[in-house]
Amino acid sequence: MASSKTITVEVDDVSYTDDVEPRLLLVQYLRERLGKTGTLIGCDTTNCGACTVHLDGVSVKSCTMFAVQADGHQVTTIEGMATDGKLAPLQEAFHQCHALQCGFCTPGMIMQSASLLKENPHPSEAEIRDGLEGNLCRCTGYQNIVAAVKSVADGVEYGDSGVSASLEDAQNAGVS
Amino acid sequence: MIPSPFDYAAPTTVAQALDLLADAGDDVKVLAGGQSLIPVMKLRMADPTMVVDLGRISELTGVTDDGDSLLIGAMTPHHVIAKDLLIATYAPLLAQAAATVADPQVRHRGTLGGALVHADPAGDMPAPVLALDATLVVAGPHGERSIAAADFFQGYFTTAVQEGEILTHIRIPKYVGWGSHYEKFTRVAQQWSIVAVAAMVRVEGGAIAAARIGLTNMASTPLRARGVEAALAGCALEADAIATACAQAADGTEPASDLNGDAAYRRHLSQVLTKRAVLSAAGL
Amino acid sequence: MTATAQVHSNEVGKARLRKEDAHLITGRSRYTDNMVLPGMLHLAMVRSPYAHAKITGIDVAAAKASPGVMAVLTGADVAAEQGSLPNAWPITPDQKAPAHPSIAVDEVAFAGEVVAVIIARSVAAARDAVELVDVNYEELPVVLDLEEAFTDTVLAHPSLGTNLSANWVFDSGEAGTGAPVEEALANAEVLIERTFYQQRLIPSFMEPRSTVVDPTSEQLTMWTSTQIPHILRLMLALTLGIPESKVRVVAPDVGGGFGGKLQVTPEEIITVLAARRMGKPCKYTETRSESLMAAHHGRAQVQRLKLSATREGIVTGFSVNLLADMGAYLGLVTSGVPILGAFMFNSIYKFPAYRFECNNLFTNKAWTDAYRGAGRPEATFAIERIMDELAVELGMDPLELREKNWIKHEEFPFTTVCGLEYDSGNYEAATAKAVELFDYAGLRAEQLRRRNSNDPVQLGIGISTFTEMCGLAPSRVLGSLAYGAGGWEHAQVRVLPTGNVEVVTGSSAHGQGHETAWSQLVADRLGVPFENVEVLHGDTQVSQRGLDTYGSRSLTVGGMAVLAAADKVIEKAKVVAAHLLEASEDDIEFSAGNFTVKGTDTSTSLGEIALATFAAHNLPDGFEPNLDSDATFDPVNFSFPHGTHLAAMEVDTETGQVRIRKYVCVDDIGVVVNPMIVEGQVHGGLAQGIAQALYEEAVYDDAGTLVTGSFVDYLVPSAPDLPHYITDRTQTPSTTNQLGAKGVGEAGTIASTPAIVNGVLDAIRHLGVRDIKMPCSPSRVWHALEVAKTTGGAQ
Repeated sequence: MASSKTITVEVDDVSYTDDVEPRLLLVQYLRERLGKTGTLIGCDTTNCGACTVHLDGVSVKSCTMFAVQADGHQVTTIEGMATDGKLAPLQEAFHQCHALQCGFCTPGMIMQSASLLKENPHPSEAEIRDGLEGNLCRCTGYQNIVAAVKSVADGVEYGDSGVSASLEDAQNAGVS
Repeated sequence: MIPSPFDYAAPTTVAQALDLLADAGDDVKVLAGGQSLIPVMKLRMADPTMVVDLGRISELTGVTDDGDSLLIGAMTPHHVIAKDLLIATYAPLLAQAAATVADPQVRHRGTLGGALVHADPAGDMPAPVLALDATLVVAGPHGERSIAAADFFQGYFTTAVQEGEILTHIRIPKYVGWGSHYEKFTRVAQQWSIVAVAAMVRVEGGAIAAARIGLTNMASTPLRARGVEAALAGCALEADAIATACAQAADGTEPASDLNGDAAYRRHLSQVLTKRAVLSAAGL
Repeated sequence: MTATAQVHSNEVGKARLRKEDAHLITGRSRYTDNMVLPGMLHLAMVRSPYAHAKITGIDVAAAKASPGVMAVLTGADVAAEQGSLPNAWPITPDQKAPAHPSIAVDEVAFAGEVVAVIIARSVAAARDAVELVDVNYEELPVVLDLEEAFTDTVLAHPSLGTNLSANWVFDSGEAGTGAPVEEALANAEVLIERTFYQQRLIPSFMEPRSTVVDPTSEQLTMWTSTQIPHILRLMLALTLGIPESKVRVVAPDVGGGFGGKLQVTPEEIITVLAARRMGKPCKYTETRSESLMAAHHGRAQVQRLKLSATREGIVTGFSVNLLADMGAYLGLVTSGVPILGAFMFNSIYKFPAYRFECNNLFTNKAWTDAYRGAGRPEATFAIERIMDELAVELGMDPLELREKNWIKHEEFPFTTVCGLEYDSGNYEAATAKAVELFDYAGLRAEQLRRRNSNDPVQLGIGISTFTEMCGLAPSRVLGSLAYGAGGWEHAQVRVLPTGNVEVVTGSSAHGQGHETAWSQLVADRLGVPFENVEVLHGDTQVSQRGLDTYGSRSLTVGGMAVLAAADKVIEKAKVVAAHLLEASEDDIEFSAGNFTVKGTDTSTSLGEIALATFAAHNLPDGFEPNLDSDATFDPVNFSFPHGTHLAAMEVDTETGQVRIRKYVCVDDIGVVVNPMIVEGQVHGGLAQGIAQALYEEAVYDDAGTLVTGSFVDYLVPSAPDLPHYITDRTQTPSTTNQLGAKGVGEAGTIASTPAIVNGVLDAIRHLGVRDIKMPCSPSRVWHALEVAKTTGGAQ
């Protein structure tokens, strides 16, 4: 049995020190040791992006990194996105734009979208789509995800009417 | 999915890393960005007993101006390569290719050196490095050696880096007055290249003075399309003439057949993509 | 339906934001793999690398000795208790099916079949031990190709003596629903014969399947990533011989299904067996590679078609002969999937004669079963592709040809050549709207320009006018088709003392937004605030009766049960209201949550009645003190959504690359409860249908190994691979349910595939290309163009 390593990682603003097997993936550390089950595993091959978290502020796939590599680094997961009980703008936008159905890709999508907007605060629709190329969604067909990210880039402020204000169709619910 | 157990070390200097490799025996893997190695370990297609992680060696990261050339640390991640000002100025081809690797998350972790040593025939970084006539600096137990890109890629997932050695830097001559373009062809966005073409063109007086063409996934290693390069030298800046020159792109290639296309298709693609890459590099 | 309820209908039609989102966007999700129980053990499966082999020996000693391993079970160890996985749809009395043990005992019939299970203290320990199990196989010949399977040269299951599971025929002449098709074909002025291939697809839900079983206490509890907790509970009881009352199945958050989780899986049974054996909770979560290899696949048909028509373009007969790939085993509804398509090949058209024959065949590939649309996408593809072929043959605009043959809006209700009664529809209206949004004339003009200028990028227009039968299903119809269960749905509505309302539904959502939509229905019907309605589902202990979620049935069946239960609550409350207001029941009117004595201001609210009922101090004699009601709704007919989808496809003739330039769909799904959710369903459906046309295919090598065994090779499209969809609706209310709703969950998938492929072919048919197998990959498109060139195929 390979010898374990002691790591200290700051996750969602809390510092943790743990002994881990070198082979433990960051995503497994987050889920199994820290109970951060908001971050999900959807594939084995670094394709689906469900496990996306931020490492020192940039998006990474936490299934393609060992926990030992995160030693001394800062990790933000979906569970650290809301601050002071207030949703992050992207979380609010995903809700408002109906950018999720089953919700499984959602944490990764939101984390990647946040990283994308940090690098390119005013992306075009094509740039948003390209920026999400490493995140698979099987439910939404992506259109509302793209709309959600665009709305945050455009600084749209949502009220709390409980009714979608962002979708063409919602504004025009009447049909011929 | 979890890899087999292994021991892990994270040296902070190249010297330490070389010592670790020397002591580790045969079953050691060098971990760079891990974006290819870790999936393979998870699928247990690689089962090293020891992993030496280069991620904490700060001397291996960054781009520096070194007179006539740029010196790029092997651990510099793709996303840095894609945005670095020096690279944008003197070797934009490398930046264009780096921006197409996999997806943004992978580009945040994956490194230039890792991609080169991994030497996947469908990887996007080898062909530009070849087209740029880069030199690869390798450190080993007996000191440092420099390898020309043309000698570096030796076969399917095989390079000139020997056991116990580490690729430390990539030296790229500064190119001034060249246009470049990386033309990548895939079925879905995050896919490995089916075929891609790295093209550099220097235009003088309304004609192509010189061209350098690297091909991705047209053989077990990246290739230079020497015939096209020769045909383009002196070629008029005119689409039909360029197309004619690029029709030789498939000469001497040995592309694989797989789910994404057979060899005949890849040969054809190489011609079309070379033409498009050259036209774009030439500003047409 | 009470007239008063209609007046206060301000929730139905509103784009209510989803109640389901809050926990999903903040990472407080409850997917099965998130669950941890004290002392929980972890499973890993040992799977066969061979597609067909005899198991001649298994040595588990080294695995058992591996650190952390508690036990290793082989098929032989559980042979007496594991039973055979169920097939609930024996489509013919003589249907053949092999026994389907969860852990193979003597023989494996596809690569990925489980041959042993490791039970260990951690996932890592279980995975490590998988490598240590030594299985001896004696390889057997494999049959992989459908046309070859039909010849019985090589048998997928030698013990059956044939690969043919069942032969099923519908003939309109024999059924008396139309003329005999042979005559029509024999007398055809124009006869189009084509063979189309429906490639094998993998549902690829984003959440890998996961199951936790807790055997402690008197009841066995299973949390599992399933679409069908109720059916699963029954099937666990029947398969394993456990009293149904001792089994509880919970579907917590479920990360998509698309039919792929409409199954009773070996892995679920194995987890039960392991947990019972160990007396401890056990968890199994598959890897994506395992999911792609062993979770059921979909589609996989060869469609041999003959269509006869007059020179004027009136179709006179249609004959369909299918080879349908069951894979290695029959799953829950595997054999019925082609039958769900049998009634849809005639689509929106008035064909006078029709014959459908299907041969269900075994192969040594992963089992197939329902995948989004299940049978109807295959049928829609076949008819919409061949209608285009007929239009080409006749030199007629494909839209004009369709209009000549479709049922006119004034002809509804219309009984089709299959004997189905389409209750409503307006194909003219949907098509007119789509044509306008699309700029059909403008794009046709551009197409001509590009053709004339020999543009390397050619433009094509793909059309798909579709209908489908959904809202599965009238129980009597299912019975007549030999399905093993009914198609009703159950609901309960409970008014709590505080006036809050709990709705229990038997449909089990996994992304569809039932909590939101059902809240809207009940808020409207009972006149309570949307926020005050709580929807409970997905746990057989909470929702005792149900038939779950598939076949676009939730609203048109489950939603109707909810409304019926709400109406019963109103009737109950009215009795109390009359008593409290000292009036006759006949004089009580209900509106917007209030019961009023006709013609007076005297009224009481539902909330007040709920509290009074709870207190039970002053109720009418004999009144049971509760405001709870159950309802079970069995639909009288399917619902028949329809629509017109138009795709402008650009084909780069130099590379074969295909791009969607514009996609317009106008769907008629009747009355809409939540347009935002409907849009989402349409978008996602389109993405999957487009993916079939362009990207996805499960490919096996000659040995029967899945080549597309990860998302590196099985190409699920991401955001840059799909277009911005232009969607709109027309509305012809369904007459078969009180809301006028039709299903929408599968519409996009059913309609989009032929629209895309028709568009690709329309772009390059003039270059001599007649057909391209799906997915229309760049290499296939380019090769088709090359073949056309060398055969001088320009028409």
